[in-house]
Order: sequence, then C-alpha cells, then structure tokens
Amino acid sequence: MKMSAAAILLAACTALPAAAQPDPADWAAVLQEARGQTVYWHAWGGDPRINDFISWVGEEALARHGVSLTQVKLASTADAVARVVSEKQAGQDQGGAVDLIWINGENFAAMKGKGLLFGPFAEQLPNWPLVDVAGKPATRMDFTEPTLGLESPWAMAQLVFEYDSARVPEPPLGAGQLLDWAKANPGRFTYPQPPDYLGTTFLKQVLYGVIDDPELLLQPVDPASYDRLTAPLWAWLDQITPALWRQGRAYPANEPALGQLLADGEIDIAFAFNTGRASAAIAAGELPGTIRTTVWTGGTIGNASFVAIPYNAAHAAGAMVVANLLLDPQVQARAQDPGVLGFQTVLNLSALSGPDRARFDALDLGVATLAPDDLGPALPEPHASWMTRISQDWTRRYGVAQ
Amino acid sequence: MTADGALRFAPRLTLLLMAGPVIAGLAGTLRPAFEADGMARLLDWPGLPRAAALSLGTGIASTVLSLAIALGLVAALQGGRLFTLILRLLSPLLAVPHAAAALGLAFLLAPSGWIARALSPWATGWTQPPDLLILNDPAGLALTAGLVLKEVPFLLLILIAALPQADAPRRLMLMASLGYGRVAGWMLAVLPAVWPQMRPAVYAVLAYSMTAVDMAIVLGPALPPTLSAQLVLWMTSPDLSIHPVAAAGALVQLGLVLAALALLRCAETGLARLGCRLALTGRRRVWADRWLGPLAAGGGLLVVLVMAGGMAGLALWSFAGPWVFPDALPERLGLDAWARAAPGLGPAALETLLLAALSAALATGLVLACLEAETRFGLKPGGGALWLLWLPLIMPQVAFLPGLAELGLRSGVEGSTWAVAAAHLVFVLPYVFLSLAAPWRAWDPRFAVAGAALGATPGRIFWRLRLPMLLRAILTAAAVGFAVSVGQYLPTLLIGGGRVTTLTTEAVALSSGGNRRIIGTYAMLQLALPLFAFALALALPAALFRNRAGMRPGA
Repeated sequence: MKMSAAAILLAACTALPAAAQPDPADWAAVLQEARGQTVYWHAWGGDPRINDFISWVGEEALARHGVSLTQVKLASTADAVARVVSEKQAGQDQGGAVDLIWINGENFAAMKGKGLLFGPFAEQLPNWPLVDVAGKPATRMDFTEPTLGLESPWAMAQLVFEYDSARVPEPPLGAGQLLDWAKANPGRFTYPQPPDYLGTTFLKQVLYGVIDDPELLLQPVDPASYDRLTAPLWAWLDQITPALWRQGRAYPANEPALGQLLADGEIDIAFAFNTGRASAAIAAGELPGTIRTTVWTGGTIGNASFVAIPYNAAHAAGAMVVANLLLDPQVQARAQDPGVLGFQTVLNLSALSGPDRARFDALDLGVATLAPDDLGPALPEPHASWMTRISQDWTRRYGVAQ
Repeated sequence: MTADGALRFAPRLTLLLMAGPVIAGLAGTLRPAFEADGMARLLDWPGLPRAAALSLGTGIASTVLSLAIALGLVAALQGGRLFTLILRLLSPLLAVPHAAAALGLAFLLAPSGWIARALSPWATGWTQPPDLLILNDPAGLALTAGLVLKEVPFLLLILIAALPQADAPRRLMLMASLGYGRVAGWMLAVLPAVWPQMRPAVYAVLAYSMTAVDMAIVLGPALPPTLSAQLVLWMTSPDLSIHPVAAAGALVQLGLVLAALALLRCAETGLARLGCRLALTGRRRVWADRWLGPLAAGGGLLVVLVMAGGMAGLALWSFAGPWVFPDALPERLGLDAWARAAPGLGPAALETLLLAALSAALATGLVLACLEAETRFGLKPGGGALWLLWLPLIMPQVAFLPGLAELGLRSGVEGSTWAVAAAHLVFVLPYVFLSLAAPWRAWDPRFAVAGAALGATPGRIFWRLRLPMLLRAILTAAAVGFAVSVGQYLPTLLIGGGRVTTLTTEAVALSSGGNRRIIGTYAMLQLALPLFAFALALALPAALFRNRAGMRPGA
C-alpha cells in the first residue's frame, strides 16, 4: 500500500491523481481491472423503488462484467460530498470509501470547484455516443456548469405538477393561476421547505414565471440586480403563504414528504421531479387512481441526474463500468418503465438499433404520465448560485418565524 | 497479582476509551468554530434565539414531565397490579428507536393520521383532513410529547433498578405507620434515598432531550428547527463555507446543555429544601393519594397507549395496500413491502445484532471491571472522571463525530465492524455505567464482610455474592446498552464510512423518503432486537431465582 518516495514526489510534481488511475480510453484495460472489484455507490436511499433498481443494476454488473455493486444509502447526497472532503483533509488521496456518487447541481459544482472528482471520463465511455447531447443539452450542462466529462448522465428529470382530478378538474397552468387557485382553496397546496432541492426548484420555477428576462437566470447571481429581479418572486410568495397548507407555519421536508401529503389527502396539488412518479405510485397503490399530472404553459424546469467518481475512489475502474452500464439501452429502458422507476432516458432514441428502440416503444407510460410531446419545453436549470441565494433568502424571510 | 494489576488499571482504560474519542473528535470538529468568523456568522443567523430557546424549552419540559410521570407511577402505584401491568407494557417500549417512535406518533396525531381517520367522517364530518397544525408546531409541543414517550420507560427502568437498594418497603411501612399517605410517604422518605442513584440518568435524559436530532426532524418545528437539528443541516451542507458556523453552533449547544444541567442542579437543591420544610410541617397529606394515583396511572397508560398505537400503526402500514383518508383501515393487506425490504433486512439485522452484542458485552465487562476495582481498591472516582464519562451523553453527537471520523480515517481503522463497535462503545458504556453503578454501589457491603469473614477471597465474593445478587441489574444494564447500540445512527454512518449497514442506518435513510410501508418493516425489526434483549434481562434472573423469594424484584 505504501508509495515509494519517488512516486509521491512524482505525484506532487505533476499534480496527477496519485496512483496509476485507470484510463477510460483503454476500455479493455478498464474492464479487466474492474473485474472482481466492489463498487460503493453512494446514492440517496429514500425511495425503495430506486434502491431496487440499483440492486438490479448490481446484478447486471456482476453478470456482465464481474463487478459487484453496493449501494450506500444516504439520507442526503451531501453526506457523500462531506465524506470525500474529510478524506482529503485527512490526506487519504487514494483508496477512498466512495467510488460513485449520484450527484448533480450544487453538489457537483462544489466537488468540481474543489478538484475532488476523477476524470474526465464520461465522454470516453463506450455507450456515450448513444446519449442525446443535442436534444438534451442538460446531459452536458449541469445547472449551467459544464460537466467537462467529470460526471456521466443516467436519467432525465422534469418538473411535473400532480393533482387530484377528482377535486381539481382544471389544474392551474402557471404561477398566476396557482396563486388564484390557492386563494380560492386555502390550505390545499404547499412545497417542500427550502433549502430542500425540490422546494428550491419550485421557487426557481415561479421565478421563471414572474421574471422579465429569463435569460438572466443562466448567469451567476449579480448582487447589484438581485433584489430587483427577485422582488416579484417574494411578492408572489407573500401573497400565497397565508393560503398554503398550515398557512405556511410548517412545510413538508422533501419530495417524498410532499407526495405523502398528496397521498393522505392533505393537499390537492403537489409536484415531482419525475414525470412517471405519479403513475408508478398509483400502480403501487400508494396514490389514489384519480391523480393526474400536468406542466405549466411555457415549460417547466428539467435537469439530468449524473454519476461522478471521486478523485480518490478505490475502485475507479469498476465505477466507470457501472457508469457505462447505466447508459446501456436495456438499463435505460428499464429505468423508464413506470412500473420500475419512470425516469426519462438520456439516450437519443433515433440513434438506437431496432431491438433497443423497440424496448422503449413497448413501454406503457402509465395512466398519469404525460406523453413526451405533451411535456412541453424543459427549461434549463438556472446557474447554481441562484439556488443557493434564493434558498438563503427564503430561510431569512419565511424560515425563521418572527 | 497480574489480574489484580489489570483490574486496577480498568477504570483508567475505560476513561481513556470514553473520553479519548470524544475529546479528539471535539477538537477536530470545533476547531473551525474559531476560523472564518464562524461565531459572528452564527450570531447573525436570525433563527438562533428561537432555535436555542426551543432546544432548552423542549429539553426541560420533556425531562420534567417524564420524570414526574415515572416518579408518580412508582410512588402511587408500585406493588399494585396496575403498576405491574404498566411496567410490563412499558419495558418493551424502551427498545423503540427514537426515529420509529417519532414516526409512529406522527402518524397517530397528524390531521390525516389514525385518530382522525378513526373518527372521520362519522364523528368529525371530515371527508378531507382538516388544515390543523398539530405536528411541527412552533412551540415544540409535539416534539416534547415524543420525547416524553421515549424517556418515561427509560427513567422508570432506572428507577426500578435503583429501588431495591433504597430499602423502599420498610421506609414506606414506617411512613404508613406514622399515618402518611402513600405518595407523601414515598416522596419524603424514599425519593431522597433513590435520587442520588438516578441523578446521572436524569442528567443524561436532559442532555439527550436537548440534543435529539431524529425526533426533532420528524416532530419538531422547522421554522426554525431546534438548534441540534439545524446543526446537522449545516454540517451536512455541501456549502463547505457554512461548516465553521456549524462548529460555532456546536459550541453554543454545548453551553446550553451545561447551563440546563446547572439549572437542574439548582432546582434539586431548592426542591430538597422545600421537601425538608414540607416534612417539618408534619402534615400527612393522605389526600394526595386520591388524585395523584389516578393521575400517574393515567399518564403511564397514556404513554403506553400512544406508543403502542404508534407502533401498531407502523406495523399495519408495513402490510397495507392502498390506504386513503378517511378509511380507518387499509383497503387490503399484503406482503409487498416486506417482499421489497426482505433482501436488505437480513444482512442489516445480522450486522445490527453483531454490533449491539459486541458493544454491550464489552461495555458491561468494562463497567464491571471498573466497579469491582473501585470496590476492591477503594478507588473514588473524582468529579473529573465522572464528567469525562458523561461527555459522550452530554455532547451533541454532531459536535464530535465528524472529527472522530476524520481521526478514524487517518488511522485507517474506519469502515470495519470493530471500529464501529468501538464507536458504539463510547455511547453504550455511559448508559451501562449509569444503569449499573447505582445499584452496585448501593449493594449492602455487609454481605461482602460476612463472606470475607467466612474466608471467601475477593474473587469469590465477586462471583458468588455480588454477581448473582446484582444479576438483574447487570442484565438490565446490558440490555440498555444493547438498545442504545441498535439505535445509533450517526456513529454507524460516519465511522462505518457508509459500509456498515444496520437496521437504523437503513431506517433513517428510508425515513427521509417518508415511505411508511417500508419504514414500518424496518421499525418492526429495530424493535424486535432490543425487545429480545430486554425479555432476556427480565426472564433470566426470574428463571434462575424462581425459588428465592428474597431475589424477586420489589422484594
């Protein structure tokens, strides 16, 4: 395990990853090195369906490439980031505990900014040519942060609103309509408490609806214009808060908690970052059969989920094999099956061979899922600084009861 | 001689095992508090006064309330049939992990919860859940209730374990013969004898209640949350620049806990004076029995009912198909959730069992060695030593675990079952010590004198007299340690590097997803393991001493 003094010196001088890290360009060597490795995939563990999917991927990885996959179930992705940070602080530059992280947005920006990532590797993966980089620019642009091949996409997500069609025959299709509806139906809508990921996404969605020039959201926050640009958002929130569930005196913690409120009939409108979630939950008996989904006029925010490999991963070769496997058409089609996950694929369907294409065509999207054509435009994620700033301000305004 | 030497060294070894990790971890975690003006930024956070007040308020309120219920139950009812019933029902509840208890209570009390469902729509007229703020209320009432549910069984167990050494029956008899009411007699004559033994447990309860994280997240307010819950949010934030603020917050949290403990100490002195004055009045206060008895019984039964209801709710969810408001029961039952959870449950349960058995056995052994050394060599633990022992219970876990994890990383031991068991030991040992030290020290030394006079060696006295006579207390302490280990979340996650998967790490990860069905399956197993340990702790002495009247509890 000990490195020779020369190797340490070399590593220090060249600032390359310490030990001989696998080279994604030499895929045969990667496969060979990966065989027999156990990859620790740190992924949010709050959804049993996702956990099941990951363990299925593990079976495939073992059968196809001899790579064992273990999911380390996290309550928050930030735990894995913190883990790598503390490893770096402790000087553990190889043999790290984290091999693969399900990541995007601010967590990716933080790791990229601190030089905590292995790679670039994503665009050298054998399955990369299948990725729909033209039709889904979010596969290479994570919250306006270029991925530079430091993370590999594996699922597309788009914000959809879920509503109980038995109680809400005509769902609101925009921020203004939602405000009117909430005032007419007090206590029947809420959103997860920022800085929760989905809750902040909702705020950004509203911001898209009330801002004059949405292009500005793709730039980093400019402190000079920030107050002026976000004033309509806070005005909107000031109006809707008294009409929220519990009059805004409590908020659900996250996406599943919001979904649970919808399931319990405590609210009539919820939203999710997964177009197929409602159908899957109905099929599992967790949501009433009357739930349907809709998007807002003008589009809703969409982004991609990625996997990244820490700079000190003990099993980088195995991790790359798993990242590549996640882009396999068979795996992607399974993820898109609403009975399994209902995640949208990152692949370009027209680039697929006949049998692979047929796997996607055969999918029944489910009773509550919008057809791809009805999903409308996916709005790009604003620059990550908006997420941070808006959630901080939200906390200052609404998060500490006066 | 060598055994003697090892024994003499036991207390120091134990203290090192306890305090070393805490102090090292603390240093690692708190260092950032003095960097990057963490404290100044913390003081800028507008939620600080409220979060601090919430920590203090819910911690003190729940401690006082649970102490009152536990004392009331024993004072008014001990020996009666109702007491035995409540005790039987409450003991298993000690094993319920905090997170599971919180989720169970939440499902019971929520406006869309089980109670509302059972009463709707026929009694309430609700066809959809009312918009009522019951959980996560700004005053922290739901959180306080949840903490009381968890602490009453614990305090009761400690109290029961301490009672036999306080000579309660004869004291009560004397008071009764003087014409005192039962409750008044108990409070004036038994409590002063029992209190020194249970004081550390009460302090631990207060410290724990103020720093609980999992329960605060489920039941507590969020605008802002309690200080400890906010600390975890900060410490796990990907925004690394917030970490100094978290470290500063940990420092404030520590100060708050110490202040609350000092307050409790003052209250003790005050109450003792008051007690003396009340005793000197000579009033017999028989009337107190009339309403205190039913009140305590009501409190105890309420705790049992709510806790059992919550657990039953979770159990039912684990088998539930569709279950929408206002149906009182699921549309149909099934094994879907169990089938889905099964592949993960087995290995996680095994790992949990291994860690708990390992750390509880180690802790019990160490504590016995310490106590025996204390007795044999007349060692007196100084105040400093006691504080070191308490450190893990008094420190908010988030304040020293990240630093400890970093230490584990550097030394290369993290990630192994042994390292995690060692980390568990830090939390398990104080509880085992707290549970055992009092009955041990209260053991009548005249037995040992009699034994020695008959020619028994110190070893023989230990094995043939002390151990059997204290078996019940020892096993109870081990079971408490076992339950504590099963409930550990942060130490397992951080020291295990995510590679050591227990029922609790799985359950907490799942509870962030709010899926009641899967949470139900894990909560059931989380409950089953410690339950087994407690059942053993109760059954074993009863079986061994079935024909010795003097060894029965309450004798």
